[in-house]
Amino acid sequence: MKYLCLIYGEESALAALADSECLACDRELQRSGHGLVSEALQPVHTATTVRVRNGKLSVTDGPFAETKEQLSGFYLVEARDLNEAIQLAASMPPARVGSIEVRPVREIELPQPAP
Amino acid sequence: MSDEEVRATVDGVYRSESRRVFATLIRLLGDFDAAEEALHDAFRAALEQWPRDGVPESPRAWLVSVGRFKAIDRMRRRARFDPLDDVSDVRDPLAADPSVPGEDVEDDRLRLIFTCCHPGLSPDAQVALTLREVCGLTTEEIARAFLATPSTLAQRVVRAKAKIRDARIPYQVPSKEDLPDRLDTVLRVVYLVFNEGYSASSGESLTRHDLSAEAIRLARLLVELLREPEAMGLLALMLLHESRRAARTTPTGDPILLEEQDRSLWDREAIAEGTALLERALSSRRFGPYSLQAAIAAVHAEAGDAASTDWAQIVGLYDVLLRLEPSPVVELNRAVAVAMRDGPAAGLALVDDLLARGELLEYRLVHAARAELCRRAGRASEARISYERALTLTLQEPERRFLERRLAEMEN
Repeated sequence: MKYLCLIYGEESALAALADSECLACDRELQRSGHGLVSEALQPVHTATTVRVRNGKLSVTDGPFAETKEQLSGFYLVEARDLNEAIQLAASMPPARVGSIEVRPVREIELPQPAP
Repeated sequence: MSDEEVRATVDGVYRSESRRVFATLIRLLGDFDAAEEALHDAFRAALEQWPRDGVPESPRAWLVSVGRFKAIDRMRRRARFDPLDDVSDVRDPLAADPSVPGEDVEDDRLRLIFTCCHPGLSPDAQVALTLREVCGLTTEEIARAFLATPSTLAQRVVRAKAKIRDARIPYQVPSKEDLPDRLDTVLRVVYLVFNEGYSASSGESLTRHDLSAEAIRLARLLVELLREPEAMGLLALMLLHESRRAARTTPTGDPILLEEQDRSLWDREAIAEGTALLERALSSRRFGPYSLQAAIAAVHAEAGDAASTDWAQIVGLYDVLLRLEPSPVVELNRAVAVAMRDGPAAGLALVDDLLARGELLEYRLVHAARAELCRRAGRASEARISYERALTLTLQEPERRFLERRLAEMEN
């Protein structure tokens, strides 16, 4: 089952983590077959929030909410169950200084047309 | 067998086996709600068939088998009417053969307890789920016990089960490495339930009393299934607390302090059982905070009266407890014990140190304790101030009455 691991943290704390360490973690996840996709994000000041209400586009500068810890990256992983997903998240370097939200992916399937 | 005798037998089997049947059905069917339906179907079938065919040699195995097949029936019927449902997502009930030894080596009740207390669920959800699925309490009973509405409780349970299903919390006993932490969570839930039942001193609700009994029953099950020293320690602690139930409140529900309790009312059997468990826990040398708290309770239980209590030993135990689990409340309790060993002034110094550090300022018991110590030390005006502070923080009527009485005594 797929889980999305959203990496949150205070940017200064996360920046203190060595890139080499994060790359090593990523490589290990790929090697073990758990890692599907992952990306680091540019800092939160580069964020833009988009909403469309009643056909009207609204674009605001910044993240969707001002929070103490900001979203800084993600890993999409394949795991047997929540326990395994938790273990994978715990092995990610940002877990030591920030928070990782682990959310199961909802598979959306279109109904098959009747034969 | 008469119909009445069969019904009585089925009732008896329900009381002794239904939780275990339920726990196994969850493993076989992979779903809480399916297991609950299957359980009811199985017992309904028992009422129909046992008068005719006799009571089976192993009622539990019969009920599991029947429940399982009824559940398969249901799923097949639903699949026929709902071809768009992704039936492949539902665990194939035939895939988990209950007769395969590997799967059933660990008691399914353990799997159930650890799943209900999974850290991925909120503490409120853990408590509600454990009481409902492991202890078999109804939603209404749980709601009444926690002074919540049944709909709030029901929602909590529904959401918890949804999380287990949607996030795929596995139905497992934790591995050896994970066991200590996971057991901690379970013990915390059990102790929470116990304290809910323990502190409800008003005679208004018998169901609150039963919570303590449920917690003890749960702990017994854990000790039986796991034999872990801290589970023994917690059971010992709860038994020792319970042993004082008859002595710790007046008929009107007012609290009686430990040093003023009529010790002839203490339940000696509970004390004996608790002490024996404690010895087993301590001899393992893997004991923890619950065992230490039990040891402190045991020192009290051994003493004929307050004066002959071995306060030095209690202080020593608090020293160890503080090293294991530093906390201001434990520090406070230690200060009270120090006062008994060395006099009120010594205890007061420790309490004042706590408060000076900004700890426990809004905790009513620290002010109540300070008041008692000042009173004993002859510092009457300070005592009065602390009693009044405690009164502003007190939520329960019986406690309020106690503090007001103490204040009134100071006026004379």
